[in-house]
Amino acid sequence: MKSDSAPAGGARSGDATSGPPLAIVIEKYADMGVVIHTHRLHGDETVVVHAEDILDVMNFLRKDDRLNFDMMMDLTAVDYLDNQNLNPYLAEMNARFEVVYHLYSIGKNHRIRVKAPLAEDNLFINSITGIWGGADWFEREAFDMYGIVFRGHPNLKRILLYEKFEGHPLRKDYPKTKRQPLIGPRN
Amino acid sequence: MITLPDLVETVVKIAFILGLTIGFYAPIIGWIERKQSAVMQDRIGGNRAAILGFTVIGLFHSLADAIKLIFKEDFVPRGAETALHRLAPVISVVPALIAFAVIPFGGTYNLWGHETRLVIADLDVGVLYVFAIASLATYGVVIAGWASNNNWSLLGALRAAAQMFSYEVAMGLTIIGLVMFYQSLSLVEIVDKQENFYHWGIIWHFPAFILFLTCAIAENKRIPFDTPEAESELVAGYFTEYSGMKFIMFWTAEFLEIVTISALCVTLFFGGHQIPFVTVSGLIDFLGFLGPNGANAAAMLIGVAVFIIKLTLLIMLQMSIRWTLPRFRYDQVMKLGWKMILPASLIWIFLVGAGILTGVMPAV
Amino acid sequence: MTDAKKDYDFHKESHTERMVINMGPSHPATHGTVKFLVTLDGETIEDIDVEIGYLHRAFEKECENQQWSGVFPYTDRLDYTASVLNNIGYALAVEKLIGLKTPERCDYIRTIIGEMARMSGHYTNLGAGALELGALSAFIYFVEARELVWDLLESVCGARLTHNYVRIGGLISELPDGFGLGVAKAFKKNRELWSDFDKLLTKNRIFLDRMRDVGGISAEKAIEWGFTGPCLRACGVPFDVRKAEPYLIYDQLDFEIPLGSTGDNFDRYLVRMEEINQSMRIVEQCLEKMPEGPINVDDPNWRQPSKDESSKKIESLIFHFKAVIEGQKVPAGEVYQPIEGANGEVGFYVVSNGGGKPYKCRCRPPSFALTSAMPQLVTGSMLADLIPTFDMINLIGGECDR
Repeated sequence: MKSDSAPAGGARSGDATSGPPLAIVIEKYADMGVVIHTHRLHGDETVVVHAEDILDVMNFLRKDDRLNFDMMMDLTAVDYLDNQNLNPYLAEMNARFEVVYHLYSIGKNHRIRVKAPLAEDNLFINSITGIWGGADWFEREAFDMYGIVFRGHPNLKRILLYEKFEGHPLRKDYPKTKRQPLIGPRN
Repeated sequence: MITLPDLVETVVKIAFILGLTIGFYAPIIGWIERKQSAVMQDRIGGNRAAILGFTVIGLFHSLADAIKLIFKEDFVPRGAETALHRLAPVISVVPALIAFAVIPFGGTYNLWGHETRLVIADLDVGVLYVFAIASLATYGVVIAGWASNNNWSLLGALRAAAQMFSYEVAMGLTIIGLVMFYQSLSLVEIVDKQENFYHWGIIWHFPAFILFLTCAIAENKRIPFDTPEAESELVAGYFTEYSGMKFIMFWTAEFLEIVTISALCVTLFFGGHQIPFVTVSGLIDFLGFLGPNGANAAAMLIGVAVFIIKLTLLIMLQMSIRWTLPRFRYDQVMKLGWKMILPASLIWIFLVGAGILTGVMPAV
Repeated sequence: MTDAKKDYDFHKESHTERMVINMGPSHPATHGTVKFLVTLDGETIEDIDVEIGYLHRAFEKECENQQWSGVFPYTDRLDYTASVLNNIGYALAVEKLIGLKTPERCDYIRTIIGEMARMSGHYTNLGAGALELGALSAFIYFVEARELVWDLLESVCGARLTHNYVRIGGLISELPDGFGLGVAKAFKKNRELWSDFDKLLTKNRIFLDRMRDVGGISAEKAIEWGFTGPCLRACGVPFDVRKAEPYLIYDQLDFEIPLGSTGDNFDRYLVRMEEINQSMRIVEQCLEKMPEGPINVDDPNWRQPSKDESSKKIESLIFHFKAVIEGQKVPAGEVYQPIEGANGEVGFYVVSNGGGKPYKCRCRPPSFALTSAMPQLVTGSMLADLIPTFDMINLIGGECDR
C-alpha cells in the first residue's frame, strides 16, 4: 500500500504542449468533412462527427500521444424526436438520434465528449469494443434502450430488459405508461 | 448373562444420554449459539418468543423453532430419489448419537451393593469405535446431496465427502500419540488414568488437542470449514432441498456432533468427570457423612456435573471459533488437512514416542 | 473417428461433462440482482455469463417525465448504500447547466454528508464481503458503525437510507444543533469498530488466503474496461475525481487517496478500509472550517421559497406556484458532471431543452462497468472465488440496472 496525495488538480491543467483536446481534434480533421460541429458549452469540450467516421476518430483519440484517451467513461444515446432544433446540425442532417461518448484520459486528465448523429432510417454505427473493451455493455445498453445497432459488436443483445421486450423504451415515442405483453415462465 | 439390575442400569444410562443430548443439548446449543453470537457481536439476541409473558432469556426460541419446522411442508424435489432422500437425515443423526455409547460421563460407584459404571458400553477399542462411527456420518451427507437432484447439493456432497474423508485420516493420527501415552484404546481406562491431574491429556498433548479440535470441527463442517454448506456459494450445500423435520435432523446432527466432539475432547484431554487433585475414592470418603450409598450417589452427581460443565465450556469454545473466523476455500481446506495437519500429527507421534522412550513423559 | 489420437477428448472418453449452474438471481450471494450462468469443470469456472437487469426500474424514463427537482428521489435509489452522493452529482450537473453558484456553507455541508454516505457505502460493502466469506461478527461490527453514521444522517434529514437531502441550489435543511458533537462521539466509536474489524480480518490468515491474488486485474486492463473508484485505485492508478477534477470544496481539504498495487480483492479491501478513515478526516476538517451563512442560493427561480414565506408573501407564492406547476425552466444545453461516488465515477449527463423537465438524464454507473469485467476476473478460478470478487466489485443493483 502506498499513498498518493497528488496536489489538487495537479495534472489537470495539463502541460503546455498538449493543449486542449478539442483544438487538437479540430486541427487534425480540418477540412476533411469529418467534424460537423464543435462546442465548449459549460466547459465540456464537445465534437460532433459523422457516424461513419466514428472508428477513425476514436482510434485517433485513443492513440494520439497528446490526447491519449485511455478510458471510455460513458456511452449513451439521445433521442431528439421533436427537438432537433436543440442542435442546429440535426435538422440539416435529418438525424433523430445522437450517440454520445464521454472519454477521459487518466494521464492527461482531460475529457472530451464525442457525438455522432444518426438518422432514424439508418441506425447503424461501428462498435468501439475493439478500442475499449469496456464499451461492450454500454453499447448493449444503447441498443437495448434506443435500438441503435453497433456493427461489429461481439454480443449485441438486450442487457437490462428481457429478450421478448417489444420496442425501445427510451425513445421519445415510447409512451411512459405502455404495457408489455406478459411472458410466462418458460417451462 | 445379563441380570435385571444390569439391564435396568443400562436402560437408565441410555435414557440419560438421550435426554442429555437430544433433550438437553440440542435445544440448548441452539440457544447458546444465538446468545453467544449476540454477546460477541454486541447484540441482544433472540428474546421475543414467550409463553405467558415469560421469555426465559430467549430459551423458548428453540422450542418455537422446533414447532415451526415440524409443521413445515415436507418437500421432496421433482426427480429426487425419494427413499434415499428420506433416509439421508437419519443416517446423519444416528452416528452422532451412538458415538456416545463409549464415552464415560462419570466414574464407578457402588450404589446399594450394585457396582455402577457411568458408561453405556465399556469397549476395549472405544477410540476405534468412535472413529468408525464418525465415518458413517459421511454417508448421510453424500446420500443427501446425491438424492436431492440438485446441482448445489451435489457440489456440497462432493466437497463434504472429500473433506470428511481427509480429516478422518488426520483425526485418527492426532490421537495415536495419546493412545501411546495412555497405552489403552478404551476411553474408560483413559479417563481413569487421568485421575492424577498431572497426567491429563491437555498437559502432555496440547498440540494434539489443537490438531484434534481442528480436525473435529472440519469433520463437523462448521465455520471455518463449512465449505460443503457454504451459504454464499452453494446456497445450503447438501441440505439445500430439505425442509421441515428432515432439515431439523441435519441441524440436530450438527449440534449433536458439537456435543460429541466436546465429549471426546473432555474424555481424551480434560480428564472426563475427574476433578483436578481430587480422586473419586477421595471424594466418596469426603462425603462419607451421607452414609455409603448417599456418598456414592452424591459423588456420582458431582462427577456428572463436572463432566457437563467441561462439556459446555468446550461447546462454547467451538462457538467462539465459529463466530470469529471466515470460511476457507474448498481447496484450502484440503491443503490444510493433507499438507499441514497430517504431517504435524505424524511429527507429534514421533515426538511422543521419543518422549516415552527417553522418559521425558511419565509412564501412566 | 478418423484419427483417434487427434480426436481424443479426455472429457468425452471418461464420460464426464461440464456442470452448468444458474447462480442467481435467487441466490444468497447475488442479492437477487444478477444471474451468473457458470460452466464448471469440477470446481473451476470455465465460462461465466453475467446477466443483469433484474432491478431495472427505468430511471432515465422516469426522470424524463419528472420536473427537475423531482428527480432527486430517483437518484437516491441508484447507489442506495451512499444515496446522498448521487443527489450531489445530479444537483451539481443541473447547477452547472444553469450556471448556479451555491453558497460556501452549502458546499461544506454537501461534502460532509457526501463523505458520510461514502463511509456508509464502504461499510456496507466491506461488511457484506466479510459476511459472505462467513465472518458474520465482522459484518455486524460494520453494520453497527453504519448505523451510527445513519443516525447522524437521520438527524440531518430525517431519512436513514434514501436521504433526498440535496436540492438544486441548496439543501433541504440546515445541520441540526450539536451535530459537531454528535459526529465527534460517533466517529470515536466508529474508529473503535474499524479497528475491531481490522483486527478480525486484515491479518487473518483465512481471510488473506481467500482475498489475496484472487480476482486481480492489471492497471491497463482496468482502465480499458472503465474501472473507476476503489477498484481502479487498487490497481495502483491514482485516479480519484475528488483530486483530478475537484468539485465542491475538495481542493481546499487535506486528504489522501490510498492506492493498492496488485489490483486483487485484498487491495480493494484495503483501499476501501483506508478510504473510510480518509472520509472521517474530511468530515472533521469540514466541520472545523465550516463558515456560517446561508445554505441556499438567494434566487427564488431555483431554490423555492420556504413554506412559511410562500404563505405570507404573494411574490413567493407566485414563484412557488410556477415551480410546482411548470417546473423550473433550466436553460437548454447539455452537460456532464462527474463526481466520485462510493464505487467510482458517477457521472450525470443531463440534456435540457429549456423546459421544466430534463430532456435526458443519464447516470454513468460505475458498477455497470465493473460488473461487465466480471468474466475476466473469475474465469479460470474456483467457484468459491466468485464470491469475494463479486463482493469487492460491489455491484449495487440500483446503480447497475438503474
